[in-house]
Amino acid sequence: MGATVRIAVTVNGEVRQSEVEARTLLVHWLRDELGLTGTHIGCDTTNCGACTVHLNGESIKSCTVLAAQADGAQVTTIEGLATDGGLHPLQDAFWEKHGLQCGYCTPGMIMAAADLLQRNPNPSDEEIRHGLEGNLCRCTGYHNIVEAVKSAAASGVSA
Amino acid sequence: MSTYVGQAMKRKEDPRLITGRGNFIDDITPIGTLWAALVRSPEAHARIVSIDKSEAEQRPDVIGVFTHDDLAGDFAAPMPMIWAPAGVEIKTPEHWPLAKGEVKHVGDPVAIVIGTDRYSVNDAVEDVIVEYDALPAVVEPEAALEDGSPLVWESFGTNQTHEWSVAGGEVDAAFAEADVVVSQRVVNHRTAGAAIETRGWVAEPRGEHVTLYSATQIPHILRFVLSLCCGIPEDKLRVVAPDVGGGFGSKLNVFAEEILAVLLAKRLQRPIKWIETRSENMAVTHHGRDQISYVEMAVKRDGKVTGLRVRSVCDLGAYFMALTPFIPELGFPVGNGAYDIPAVSLTFVGVFTNKFPTDAIRGAGRPEVTHWIELTMNQVARELGMDPLELRRRNFIAADDFPHETALGIVYDSGNYQGTLDKLLERFDVEEFRREQKELREQGIHRGLGFSTWVEVCGLAPSRVVGPQGVGLQGAFWESGMVRVSASGTATVYTGTSPHGQGHDTGFAQIVADRIGLDPQNVNVIHGDTDQGPWGWDTYGSRTLAVGGEAVARAALKVQDKAKRICAALLEAAPEDIELVDGNYQVKGSPDKSMTMVEIAGAAHIPPQELPTDIEPGLEETSFYDPENFVFPFGAHACVVDVDVETGKVKVVRYVAVDDCGPAINPMLIDGQVHGGVVHAIGQALYEQVVYDEDGQLVTGTFVDYALPTAAEVPSFETDRTETPSPTNGLGVKGIGEAGTIAASPAVTEAVIDALRPLGVEWMDMPLTPMRVWQAIQAAGNGGDGPRASEQGRSLDDHGGGAAGSGPTGPEEGGAA
Repeated sequence: MGATVRIAVTVNGEVRQSEVEARTLLVHWLRDELGLTGTHIGCDTTNCGACTVHLNGESIKSCTVLAAQADGAQVTTIEGLATDGGLHPLQDAFWEKHGLQCGYCTPGMIMAAADLLQRNPNPSDEEIRHGLEGNLCRCTGYHNIVEAVKSAAASGVSA
Repeated sequence: MSTYVGQAMKRKEDPRLITGRGNFIDDITPIGTLWAALVRSPEAHARIVSIDKSEAEQRPDVIGVFTHDDLAGDFAAPMPMIWAPAGVEIKTPEHWPLAKGEVKHVGDPVAIVIGTDRYSVNDAVEDVIVEYDALPAVVEPEAALEDGSPLVWESFGTNQTHEWSVAGGEVDAAFAEADVVVSQRVVNHRTAGAAIETRGWVAEPRGEHVTLYSATQIPHILRFVLSLCCGIPEDKLRVVAPDVGGGFGSKLNVFAEEILAVLLAKRLQRPIKWIETRSENMAVTHHGRDQISYVEMAVKRDGKVTGLRVRSVCDLGAYFMALTPFIPELGFPVGNGAYDIPAVSLTFVGVFTNKFPTDAIRGAGRPEVTHWIELTMNQVARELGMDPLELRRRNFIAADDFPHETALGIVYDSGNYQGTLDKLLERFDVEEFRREQKELREQGIHRGLGFSTWVEVCGLAPSRVVGPQGVGLQGAFWESGMVRVSASGTATVYTGTSPHGQGHDTGFAQIVADRIGLDPQNVNVIHGDTDQGPWGWDTYGSRTLAVGGEAVARAALKVQDKAKRICAALLEAAPEDIELVDGNYQVKGSPDKSMTMVEIAGAAHIPPQELPTDIEPGLEETSFYDPENFVFPFGAHACVVDVDVETGKVKVVRYVAVDDCGPAINPMLIDGQVHGGVVHAIGQALYEQVVYDEDGQLVTGTFVDYALPTAAEVPSFETDRTETPSPTNGLGVKGIGEAGTIAASPAVTEAVIDALRPLGVEWMDMPLTPMRVWQAIQAAGNGGDGPRASEQGRSLDDHGGGAAGSGPTGPEEGGAA
């Protein structure tokens, strides 16, 4: 193991402390160290967005952030998106509108959509499509993902 | 009977997947797991001079480094190719999990490193020093067939793997007597499956037993082949497909790494894990398509197509995977498309090149056939000065002519091709479009329209047709279904199919719920574990519902029959007088005398005195179903595009799809399959291409270079259906998983050509990237003397990536042309 760094990150509202190898990616720390395996990895090049989480309230691709860079930050993953123990309106909308098939891109897609709706509570189809273009899905053709985000927006998710 | 079937029921799979509680392969890490990484060839073709493992082996975090020679004694057999048609010589190279003496393509595995940690095992790969003596490589299939070409396999003396032909009708006479013969060279380029989850496995030993968790579409077939390759009896091997993050055919194979997993877990007696990187996925997970087809169509002046003759050169890559040489041929049953063509001749020529093998990717042979026939029909229409839809109408197999035996002896089960086209035209006003197109052209906007009236063949398969004595696959393709009702009256369904996003849990629960009288929420569907449920033949070729669903439905009906016997005995009625109505088993004419499945299940498991002893306890039935024919889904699609003639950029602005896959089990799932399938084809038509340069280096090794469509590139879809039941199975259903991908590429391509025809563009091969479109416009404007796009996309600027712009940099930022 190379040089290590001590970090403290608030993950899904809980402070988590760790001694990590300096090169550890945030996504690997979340998955392998904390067991939060809902955040996925789909590429080596930050194209696919399967690893999207929120860092201090904004969506980022956790495969391109070192765990060490998240020291002192707030991280929200798909496991922490719903705060009342039920489903977040976006999760509900993805279920309702068949916005997923294999489900592999889904956590990242939902986290990216949540960030989009925070910034733009009533996006047009075009704005949704451009807002999610950093997240790849091979199953759905995106049609029902767009429907799901529209449906969640209509239910006032960002409020 | 249908209470739940036909409903757009929300998926049972989704609650875990939307909350991050799925169980994908990388989510499985047993205590004490070791990590694997592979040393891969940077050369397309080379002799291995030496492999120096010493530095890697000295690392404290490395357990071992293994080459072919180290494991030669553990391999029981080379990796099999399972197609052996009678009377056809196929040159099948010896294919081992690790390169033996020579590497044949970039990424060919040379050694496997086992270490203690995900990161350091990749460091150790860098410490393995391999010396190569480079050999000449060949990447273009037609060049590979020329005399003097470098040979991928010196021992064969040729790069041609085989030639396979099928013909029916008087082909030569049809061409001799034709008024018009249209000839077209059609390139269907190499693509990747690109499931967002890469491959991966965890192998866990327990004494002589090994469990392999693998991101696979084919756990049963995989166990069977692993048993042969590893010399371990099937009873000591268990294969589990956990949640699988997409397949599209790319996980339909037995891969080298899976054999290494089992052998090394057994040898080291430690769990071992390997997760493929995306760069590996692009290089060493099989590709699809890659055919150059010479298509000739013989036509009478009145538009009657009388003959079709095709010779396809198929780039198969350097080795054979399980089905490699058979995949191009898989399109042959629908070689004549939706048309009644009396004489058809198809020839497929396989070619070795120094690339990774091709094999099944969504559609597998049928997209290629559909692309050539639909686009050639358009060429014929133009040649005759006839409306392309009128040409289709004159050649459709008539709705009253089913079952229809084609010139190739294939029996299309059912169809109404005119019906889907009529329904499409209810939603799409062609005359209105042409008016609008003309107006837009006057404003400088180039809008085009393309159609596809396609048919495909799926539901693999009648075992005797495709098996060893049929077309020569060394397997069978029936399916199993088992329904087990518990003592408390819930059901567990076991299917031999193995999903990766299709929604089996939901659709199969709907089918079974109706047939045994339970709520689908109390019907659990189990799949993908060779230690649970009967043998099966897994998921590919749009077979799940038409074969696996039918097996499950039959098992459920057997349970219903037994439930009726139990109910009849307890209600003192005759079994034939018991009917299942709204979940109640009741006596005909006396609905007050009834039992629920919960009550019947209780009696089946804890038999009351009144239950006759000739009724066995328990409530569990199995069905094995081997279909008598394939199924033939069909439809009519229309695509509208705008082409920016300054940049060559194509935008799909409208897409209408009318599909017929028989009666809907769950229409929501059908729409989802159509959306995804169509976008897969839009990806191929406009953006995606696997590109090797002339030295055999893979240029499109990541998602930066291999451009998948994003949400910003594609439109929302208009979908509709007709429902023509198949007589092949009791459900009347046909497959829908590949339909969109088979249907869409000719519609998209024709739309682009239609948009550019006023500029003189008459033909374009995919992918219609901005560079290619721009070049085609320039070439047409220069009287055909302009630059021609390279077919294999040798130029860095001439492939699907970058210029079209997938990923976080969108098309705007991508700098089209």
